[in-house]
Amino acid sequence: MSSTAPILELRGVNKSFGPVQVLKDVDLSVYSGQVTALVGDNGAGKSTLVKGVAGIYPFDSGEYLFDGKPVHISEPRAANALGIEVVYQDLALCDNLDVVHNLFLGREQSKGVILDEITMERRAKETLAGLSVRTLKSVRQQVSSLSGGQRQTVAIARAVLWNSKVVILDEPTAALGVAQTEQVLNLVRRLADSGLAVIIISHNMNDVMRVSDQVACLYLGNMAAQVRSDQLNHSQIVELITTGRSGELGLHPETVAG
Amino acid sequence: MSIQTTDTDIPEAGDTAGIGQALRDYWGRVKGGEVGSMPAVLGLIALVVLFSVLQGNIFFTALNFANLLNQGTAIIVLAMGLVFVLLLGEIDLSAGFAAGTCAAVLGVTLTNQGWPWPLALAAALATGLVIGLVLGVLVARLGIPSFVVTLAAFLGLQGVMLLIIGEGGTIPIQNEFLLAIMNNNMPVWAGWLLWLVIVLGYAGTSMRAIQNRRKFGLASSATSVWAAKVGALAVLLGIGVYVLNMERQIVRVGREACVVVGPPNEPVGCVPVIQGVPWAVLVVLVLLVVLTFVLGRTSYGRHIYAVGGNTEAARRAGIGVSGIKISCFMVCSFMAAIAGVLLASRDNSVSPTTGGAQTLLFAVGAAVIGGTSLFGGRGRVIDAVIGGLVVAVIANGLPLVTQQSGIQYVVTGGVLLVAASVDAISRKRTSAG
Repeated sequence: MSSTAPILELRGVNKSFGPVQVLKDVDLSVYSGQVTALVGDNGAGKSTLVKGVAGIYPFDSGEYLFDGKPVHISEPRAANALGIEVVYQDLALCDNLDVVHNLFLGREQSKGVILDEITMERRAKETLAGLSVRTLKSVRQQVSSLSGGQRQTVAIARAVLWNSKVVILDEPTAALGVAQTEQVLNLVRRLADSGLAVIIISHNMNDVMRVSDQVACLYLGNMAAQVRSDQLNHSQIVELITTGRSGELGLHPETVAG
Repeated sequence: MSIQTTDTDIPEAGDTAGIGQALRDYWGRVKGGEVGSMPAVLGLIALVVLFSVLQGNIFFTALNFANLLNQGTAIIVLAMGLVFVLLLGEIDLSAGFAAGTCAAVLGVTLTNQGWPWPLALAAALATGLVIGLVLGVLVARLGIPSFVVTLAAFLGLQGVMLLIIGEGGTIPIQNEFLLAIMNNNMPVWAGWLLWLVIVLGYAGTSMRAIQNRRKFGLASSATSVWAAKVGALAVLLGIGVYVLNMERQIVRVGREACVVVGPPNEPVGCVPVIQGVPWAVLVVLVLLVVLTFVLGRTSYGRHIYAVGGNTEAARRAGIGVSGIKISCFMVCSFMAAIAGVLLASRDNSVSPTTGGAQTLLFAVGAAVIGGTSLFGGRGRVIDAVIGGLVVAVIANGLPLVTQQSGIQYVVTGGVLLVAASVDAISRKRTSAG
């Protein structure tokens, strides 16, 4: 399918909040050109894992390899610098700003002290065109006037604007209707097909089966299994999510019990 | 990014074919909840018409027009600073007494200590920055609601001011330069030069922006729209300068310069020439241009809007949220310091009431009436000017109509409530859209 070495690899990472150990020796491999679905029940540690990757809550211990090289990610900017971008469930868009402003939020292009609106607007249009986005009327629309799907598109476009290599999507379809879910899933597939590594968090098994190449399942802070999705079916994933095991796959019984 | 580009492009909705289309676009935005300064401009026109009908012979005169600007200047400057804090969705209730405190520092250092005026002025402005720094740190780092922090500062600064001045005391300001800001006018030619510079400057920069956008094939407003805007600006400012350049002295004997006033060539006495644009107007214009530039054209300004619109999104985008907050409180108190200097200049003195009474409420009212949202994220510096003019017209016109101060308070409070309602309703509309 694509290169054999993972672009991003975690080995035995741990994370605790006070006395609660949220992540226990978690391994994860993410490959360019593939969609890796990260699944797990509420409280399994999906968000914590993603936030660790993004540098929001740095891991307590364990190895973090990017492009085969160990890196230390202690803040979001360090992750951004490597080309890791996260699209959060709440999208983190500013309603009072227009599409261009949101795409470049925090990383505005300037000539001297003056914002370079023209360069930003052109790059915004190029990026949206590159994603085959045709649903936006104008890139100077305020985000408050956009639909849920359009907002998701803007958030994803922001993630790929920066020559990113890994894009993490947190429940991108959770709040969307049928047609808009379809649009966003197509967009996710296009991102991977164009060579990006995509991590998608989802509770929707249909979405997971449709769009992902790999499934990584967290169970109570443990990585139950990371498997190619064509080797799994719907019910096996559900079993992994709910019990941490499915036949040969999954955690040792004692780990599950512990 | 290696995503293959397709030859599809986003259709342009922003291309305005002409003035008609531009007006339709604007109306569409208004219906969508982005009312901006429109209610304030309409209100300003309505109030001017109303007072002119009721008391035209006093209200609608060159003298009163100048008075009105004089009364409104400090409020406008204070409101400009408040816009920065309101953009964050915060409030600064202490700005009025921050102005008073800074004026007190000016008075004490200048008059009592005999410092040279630039040093005294610098001390007053620095005091503003320090006040803002303290407020900002308490709000941004400790996370105390700004309402409480600035309410405490409202009381505290009132006390600090009394301590600086000494109870019951009034400190006169005698420095000519400082007094000139609020009491002297530009020569007539300078007023017209200022008019020319503003109109040409606006026409030039906006034309360059349009041409730049066209060069890169981006949507831009039509030349006819540009011409209409420049024309409207030239006419409005022209009327203002023309009126302010008229002789507005009512016959009174005394002072140095002499002119002949009265029926044709009938000398009735020596009176000072009072004509020209007040220097204070230049101060307001400079602040307006500088702050508008900062908010609209720099990434710092963009970050202020981002923090006000969605603090969490701003934080995740790598924007230093607490730094932005602290700096906005500092801008606000710094502007309050300038307002304090203007008040001292206007009153020729500093007293414990400087910056007190309704000063702050008028300033908050000015910003909100002008179209700055109390919920954060929406507002411009020009709002403070437009809203400040509305407040000044009410404060100036109402006493001409009724002597009852009760009615004056009720009306002013009512106007603020109407403005806040417009703000709340338009916010509902935009979030519903």
